[in-house]
Amino acid sequence: MTKTELAPKLKLFEVQAPDIAAKSQPGQFIMILAHKKSERIPITLAGYDRQKGTVSFVFNEVGKTTKELGLLGEGGTIKSITGPLGNPSEIKNFGNVLCVGGGVFIAPLLLQVKALRKAGNKVTTVIGARIKDLLIYEDELKALSDKFYVATDDGSKGYKGLDFLKEILEREHFDRCLTMGPVVMMKNVCEITSPLNIQTVVTLTSIMIDGMGMCGVCRVTVGGKMFFTCVDGPEFDGHQVDFEGLINRQRLFLPEERLSSVLWELGGCNCGRK
Amino acid sequence: MAENKPKPKVKKNEVQMPKQDPKVRGKNFDEVALGYTKEQVLEEANRCLQCVKPKCIPGCPVEIDIPAFVKLLREEKYAEAAAELKTKNALPAVCGRVCPQEEQCQKECIVGKIGDPVSVGRLERYLADWERERGFVISNKAPSTGKKIAVIGAGPAGLTVAAELAKLGHGVVIFESLHLPGGVLMYGIPEFRLPKSIVQAEVDYIKKLGVELREGYLIGRTHTIPELLNNDFDAVFIGTGAGLPKFMGIPGEELGGVYSASEFLIRVNLMKAYAFPEYDTPIRIGKHVVVIGGGNVAMDSARSALRLGAEEVCIVYRRSRDELPARAEEVENAEEEGIICKFLASPKRFIGGEKGWVKAMECICMELGPPDASGRRRPIPIKGSEFTMDTDTVIIAVGRTANPIIQRTTKGLEATKWGTIVTDENGKTSIDGVYAGGDIVTGEATVISAMGAGKKAARAIHKYLMKKK
Repeated sequence: MTKTELAPKLKLFEVQAPDIAAKSQPGQFIMILAHKKSERIPITLAGYDRQKGTVSFVFNEVGKTTKELGLLGEGGTIKSITGPLGNPSEIKNFGNVLCVGGGVFIAPLLLQVKALRKAGNKVTTVIGARIKDLLIYEDELKALSDKFYVATDDGSKGYKGLDFLKEILEREHFDRCLTMGPVVMMKNVCEITSPLNIQTVVTLTSIMIDGMGMCGVCRVTVGGKMFFTCVDGPEFDGHQVDFEGLINRQRLFLPEERLSSVLWELGGCNCGRK
Repeated sequence: MAENKPKPKVKKNEVQMPKQDPKVRGKNFDEVALGYTKEQVLEEANRCLQCVKPKCIPGCPVEIDIPAFVKLLREEKYAEAAAELKTKNALPAVCGRVCPQEEQCQKECIVGKIGDPVSVGRLERYLADWERERGFVISNKAPSTGKKIAVIGAGPAGLTVAAELAKLGHGVVIFESLHLPGGVLMYGIPEFRLPKSIVQAEVDYIKKLGVELREGYLIGRTHTIPELLNNDFDAVFIGTGAGLPKFMGIPGEELGGVYSASEFLIRVNLMKAYAFPEYDTPIRIGKHVVVIGGGNVAMDSARSALRLGAEEVCIVYRRSRDELPARAEEVENAEEEGIICKFLASPKRFIGGEKGWVKAMECICMELGPPDASGRRRPIPIKGSEFTMDTDTVIIAVGRTANPIIQRTTKGLEATKWGTIVTDENGKTSIDGVYAGGDIVTGEATVISAMGAGKKAARAIHKYLMKKK
């Protein structure tokens, strides 16, 4: 395993998993169990190298699980990785594609942009983050894209917020929009593209436990019907997704996640019950 | 004692199984049934008539020679008795705990005609525990055949196929999608009915037979069945179990506090959420828990919720007590612990409160009409009988449908309209060399019926391999 710090708290891991690398395609994810007592968490693939037999992924150290994962050193071992899971992205020549990625999801977006370019698309890429220090893969995406824009929530770099997308969409016709990032950002993108009838694909990262269709915690309402993100997704028609319901479900275990994180920071992982 | 003559007088009553006190056990995840002592097991074993034409054996899906092991047991030849069990059943400590013996071996027991049938499951459990505590002995294996089989899923069906084929000298690799083997024995059945350390010990025994286990492999994604057949393997067995949880399609199922029984039990059992925050997977249980459904999964969910600190747990079932699909013993255990059963009611919608969490459930009363396709009387809603129950946690235990991943990624594999895999009576599928068994074929059933299917499939696979050059 090798690791790189891309930005504060944003880490890139490249791990040996030849069987997973052999099958991975853009849009798919893996389930990770850091150690015996850890949670299983889904992470979207940021890359794979079939020759080297590695897969790579980027994560944000927000809770106990990701913080512990971030502490793993070079050559460290993750207890279990399963994948590739979920349906691969539809990659073909759509024409002119708008790709919008936010935060840690800029990493898997890079994989998509590469694939879309290879399939002959014209690609406009927009990346965003809370502050400029958290922007990643700027140079790579700039070089790959026909047009490239940056946005931050606080305006510390590029545009402030995503409202400028409206102007881009007024100026230019797009055949498809692809967005991956925090749920609120994807919701905003969909609100902008929906009146213009631009087909918009969102990549959902619901809470999951097994990630293979067993538990149903990742259920989401799309077009009034219930779907499981893990086996039916993770990509869905963004204009049909019930974002309010999704946002509610993402927050279900926030108090427990905070508790876990605080206790861990106070004194290691065997807290509470001993 | 060793003679086969029936005793002049057989005790009519079975030796009761010692259990944890209901008041105490409702607050812990330790095993409820404590197991017989040596004296108790011998007393119960002596109730067996050693029938010349035993009625118990045909009732056993894995064909255990019950009178033979009981005879060895009452002669206090424990090692030999355990070995006799193991010739037919690779998972005796599991079966001794979770088989519905009352529907199988014990159903036709002759002693049962005059009193309680012989408690075969409890005897099996005693021997399995006796053997495990002393360390497994691996008996002679057949010489290697050079054939290799891929088994998909390390649940009851897959483990049985693997053990049977390994004993016959075949090379076996099990591909398990989760990070631990055992399938439903790990993620579904709670610790207090089946301790996970016991499951892992029985899996270790199967590994000692030479079976290789690869965890974290989802067949259909990591590898596909055609790839397995083209590369290393001469045959494949699919034992992927029941899959996606069913919801009811009523409003409010997306609310917080509404769990599928699968999610709830996976969190609690496989991920050990009852030990949060030592283990990282959380579970949130409110004060008033409602469980929808009447099967063993509903009972397991209700009893787990109680142990996690719920003040009140209510099972809501749309038929009446007589139609409950759960084992009578489990219903009795649940009610002893204080779980309430509300019959002839069905939810219409879940009502959300603060922060998107469920706060109430609207139900409608039912009455029973004529029998439906399942043979049980069909519940019919009574117009205008709606009522509302306060609840902050709902667990939906109304069954599961087949996981679609393998069917979607295997060309030529015939499936039913419900998504289960079509096989003949020996588990052969529409693809040459590919067999299947357990819940992925029958839909949700029991651990032991999956093991029975595994056993039949193992026999068919062995024949197939020995013919194939």
